[in-house]
Amino acid sequence: MTMRPDPTFHASPKLAMEAPAENFAYTLLLSPDFSKPDALAVIDVKPGSPTYSQIVHTVTMPHKGDEFHHFGWNACSSALSPLAGHAFIERRYLIIPGLRSSRIYIIDTKPDPTKAKIHKIIEPEEVFKKTGYSRPHTIHCGPDGIYVSTLGGGGKDGTDGPPGVFIMDCETFEVLGRWEIDRGPQTLHYDFWWNLPRDYMVTSEWALPPQFENGIVPEDLLSNKYGHRLHFWDLRARRNVQTIDLGANHQMALEVRPAHDPVREYGFVGVVVDTTNLEASIWTWWREGGKFHAEKTATIPPEPAPKEKLPPLLQGFGAVPPLVTDIDLSMDDRFLYVSCWGTGEMRQYDVSDPRKPKHAGSVHIGGIARRTPHPSGKAFAAGPQMVEISRDGRRVYWTNSLYSTWDDQFYPDGVPGVEVMANVGRNGGLELDKDYFVSFPDGYRAHQIRLEGGDCSTDSFCYPSV
Amino acid sequence: MFDGLLLLPVGLDWGHASPALGWLWLVLVASGLYHGINPGMGWPLAVSAGLMDKSPRALFHALWALSAGHLLATLLVLLPFAFLLVLAEWQRPIQLVASLLVIGFGVYRLVDRRHPRALARIPPTQLALWSFAVAIAHGAALMLVPIYLGLCRAFELDAGHQAAGELMKANVGMAVLVSLVHVIAMVSAGGCLAWLVYRYLGLRFVSRSWFNLDAVWATSLVLVGAVALAFNLGG
Repeated sequence: MTMRPDPTFHASPKLAMEAPAENFAYTLLLSPDFSKPDALAVIDVKPGSPTYSQIVHTVTMPHKGDEFHHFGWNACSSALSPLAGHAFIERRYLIIPGLRSSRIYIIDTKPDPTKAKIHKIIEPEEVFKKTGYSRPHTIHCGPDGIYVSTLGGGGKDGTDGPPGVFIMDCETFEVLGRWEIDRGPQTLHYDFWWNLPRDYMVTSEWALPPQFENGIVPEDLLSNKYGHRLHFWDLRARRNVQTIDLGANHQMALEVRPAHDPVREYGFVGVVVDTTNLEASIWTWWREGGKFHAEKTATIPPEPAPKEKLPPLLQGFGAVPPLVTDIDLSMDDRFLYVSCWGTGEMRQYDVSDPRKPKHAGSVHIGGIARRTPHPSGKAFAAGPQMVEISRDGRRVYWTNSLYSTWDDQFYPDGVPGVEVMANVGRNGGLELDKDYFVSFPDGYRAHQIRLEGGDCSTDSFCYPSV
Repeated sequence: MFDGLLLLPVGLDWGHASPALGWLWLVLVASGLYHGINPGMGWPLAVSAGLMDKSPRALFHALWALSAGHLLATLLVLLPFAFLLVLAEWQRPIQLVASLLVIGFGVYRLVDRRHPRALARIPPTQLALWSFAVAIAHGAALMLVPIYLGLCRAFELDAGHQAAGELMKANVGMAVLVSLVHVIAMVSAGGCLAWLVYRYLGLRFVSRSWFNLDAVWATSLVLVGAVALAFNLGG
């Protein structure tokens, strides 16, 4: 317990943008064949540093087969919530769930990121016993604890009961139990986020474990059996108040990105693929008149490609679907970054008018058919995937792995782990930084990135930017 | 509830007030200011409300709701003592138990620093309920009990010659007066801070001004209880 709020907690998104830039990027490494333990890499991102764009520390886990995916902080700016009235915790511990094992690692990043070490390990049995959920995924620091979304229910294959959200204590890391009181029609889960003062949560849908653990199931996809709904919840009452079906052909509604400014009652969600035409889409959701609404506001077309350039999975289609697998919104809610993992493109949309996204910038790198190399000349396997934006919005970082078994289906030639960064112009535009290229040790792939002191998919705020 | 105020002149014998009286009123006002500037009692909520609705009216509306909740909590804690004090011959044990209760709660807050999780379930639209629950859970209302009992005593409300009915009215009146004075002091301090941050200082002040008062708060409870205890045993 501290005497003052952590200096990296900010009352508003604007204050977060004005804070000092990040010096380190934390990146999750996974061993796709489970032959090595997964790891957390700490990368020096301070310009001018002799070890710039290099891994300066690695925390290797004691177990194998965890499959690291997403992670998050024990506490963030949401601790300044005036309702919680208790801001005296540190942004100190990274909560890293094993998506495959359901084991959760707590990593202590103090006194220095280059000395990060394991603080606690929560064994899968504790998660199963206390929540009835499995496959923990998204981590968000709430004012009253750490919220964790899960992709699986109980039982060996995670199909015994629906998946959901559970809460952990942000100081003792004790698993406290299920969050939902009334889940309504929700039976699938993926991402979630909220608007704290407006008191709602939004959750999305990917699939149940048998539909992703051993790879994408083409029959399920073509019969529209992956998730395609958004659920809106009363945050404090923990009740599902509305479900919006995006339409069964809009398969896999993944990342949920609400506007950071709590005055703005809208947000975005990315849909991986439309099974009628292989398009990817961006949807805007908003609240108006006490009801939630959602509409498709941007689409990205597939790119035709000769059969020999396609993996067996796609050869029948003669085209590369864009596969929007991650989106991220800048702190000022102005630019939405969209990873097209299939076509190998990072798109930047100006979403100043949230229901009319304007394509503002783009870089090509990797891609199933394009295979665009990095400006440094180095090869970039797969495509842009997990994307993270610096608080000031000037730098956009991303990695290239989606999920072990899916990587192998879409990119059978292998996906060596890489992290790159693009600089953002004052008024938009995107350009890859040729000096920032992190290659990870052999046999490792890279997934989510977290920036020191918070980033654009971590912190949530209780006061508007003024 | 304002009936109690009107009854005050009936029960209070201002002529016989003891010298400790002035100090007790001062302590009461100070307690209000203290609760007011503590972010844990809600002034940042008023700032947030004002900014979210882009209107000072929302800020004052929030302050009003916070005051109402705090007032209700104070009354809820003081009124049982007002009724108990009718048992004039039990006055001393009552004060003793009240002091020990406040000390005990302070010690408990010192030892167990965890914040009641149930508070997180209150929606941001119900500020009065939030304020009420926070004042109860953190012992804000309890802190006033020794001051209230001291004031009753200074006014000699326990005088045996009064009829039980009149005594009760006077006790209730005093409880209402004590609560009102405390809440007015509180909302003045918290309101000033909220307005300053909203209008002039900016949101940076929210995190900069926020000190961990947990230990200080718990110690205040122990202190108030201990002083009351000393007076009681001494007098």
